[in-house]
Amino acid sequence: MRLLTHNMLSSNIKGVANGFPLLIEVEKVIEKQVDFNPDFLKNIFPKIEWKALVEASRSMGYAELPEESPESWMLDSDDFLRKFHHALLELHLEEGALVCPETGRKFPVNKGIPNMLLHEDEV
Amino acid sequence: MANRPELIAPPEIFYDDTEARKYTSSSRIIDIQAKLSERALELLALPGDGVPRLLLDIGCGSGLSGETLSENGHQWIGLDISQSMLNIALEREVEGDLLLGDMGQGLGLRPGVVDGAISISAVQWLCNADKASHEPRLRLKAFFGSLYRCLARGARAVFQIYPESVAQRELILGAAMRAGFAGGVVVDYPHSSKSRKEFLVLTCGPPSISSEAPKGKVGDMESCSDDESSGDEENRTVCISDRHRPRKKQKITKKGKGREWVLKKKEQMRRKGCAVPPDTKYTARKRKARF
Repeated sequence: MRLLTHNMLSSNIKGVANGFPLLIEVEKVIEKQVDFNPDFLKNIFPKIEWKALVEASRSMGYAELPEESPESWMLDSDDFLRKFHHALLELHLEEGALVCPETGRKFPVNKGIPNMLLHEDEV
Repeated sequence: MANRPELIAPPEIFYDDTEARKYTSSSRIIDIQAKLSERALELLALPGDGVPRLLLDIGCGSGLSGETLSENGHQWIGLDISQSMLNIALEREVEGDLLLGDMGQGLGLRPGVVDGAISISAVQWLCNADKASHEPRLRLKAFFGSLYRCLARGARAVFQIYPESVAQRELILGAAMRAGFAGGVVVDYPHSSKSRKEFLVLTCGPPSISSEAPKGKVGDMESCSDDESSGDEENRTVCISDRHRPRKKQKITKKGKGREWVLKKKEQMRRKGCAVPPDTKYTARKRKARF
C-alpha cells in the first residue's frame, strides 16, 4: 500500500468521529519505481493532507519532506516534486498494521493489502 | 440467466482460490472485462487534458479492470472482498493499491478526494443478504452514501451491472438517488440479448445538463451478426404496416390530440414527479406553416 492510499483512508468504524489519519505500524517497507509525472502530482497536491503525509513518511523511514505545508511556488521546483513523488507513490507498506487513532483498532496489512473488513458490531 | 454467481454463495466464498484462478485465466473473461472497463472509463468522461486522475475500482477482483485504468495512465485504488482474487491481483503485479474490504460496510475514505469511480459487475452482489446481519437496503445506503462523500464534486461513478430483475435495478438506482447522485442507466446494444450491457452512470451533485446520462450504443457489435439481422427485420415490418394502414385512420391521427389532451398528460407526468415545462399560451399550439 502506498502513502497515497494511506492519505485517503480513514477508519470506518461506527461511532468514530475522526478516523484520520490512521497510524502506521511498520514491519516491512519496500520501494518500487514509478514513472515520475509532475502533472499528476500538481493535480493531487490540493487533496493531500500534508501533515499526515509527512508523519506517515517519517514512520516509514523517509524524512526528506518539509514539515510545513509547502507553498504553491514549491510545486514548480523539480527537487521538491521528486521528493513528494517518492513519498507518495514509491514507498510501499508491505507488512504491518494501520491503527485507528480513536479506538486503537488494528487493521492488519499483509502482502501490501490492508484488511479493512469490519466486524459485525463495528458496522 | 440460469447460473448467477451471486445466487450460489457470498462473494468472499464464491471467489475462492480455484474460482479466482479460473476467472483470470479465461481469455474470454479477460477480453470482456477489458471492453467493459474501457467503456466505463469512456462514460466517466474525465477531462481530456492528459492529467492522470485518482480513480476507485470497486470490486476490483484480480485487477483486470484496473489494468485498463493503468494503461490509460491513471492511478487507482481497488477494493474487493475476496482475498483469493486479491492474491491473483498481486501475482499479476497490478499497479494500483489494493484494499480488502466490503463495499456494503461503506468506503472508509476521506471526503472529496476521488476523481471518479468504476465498478464492473459488482454492485448487484449488494442486493443479496448473505448473513443474518445483512440488510440489502442498508448496505446499499451505506455504500452509495460513503461513495458520494468520497467523490469530488462533479465527479462521476460508472457501474456496470447485471440486474436480475427490474425490481433489483430500481432498488440499486433508488439507493443511488437517495444518496444524492444524479444520473441514470445507459444501455448499450439494447436489442441484443448477448451483448446488451447496462451501465449506471451517476454524477456527484444536483442534476444539471452535464449530469444527464449519455446515450447508450445502439446498432451492431462486430461479434454478433445474428443480432444485427433481427434488428433490421423489425424495422422492415414497421415500414410495411405503415404503408398498409388505411388512409382514413392516418388522417385522424394527423389532426393531433389537442391542447386539452396535452395538458392532461402533462399533469399526469407532474404527479409522477417528472420534470415538465410549465403550461403557457404556447402549449400545444400549432406551428406556423413557414416554420
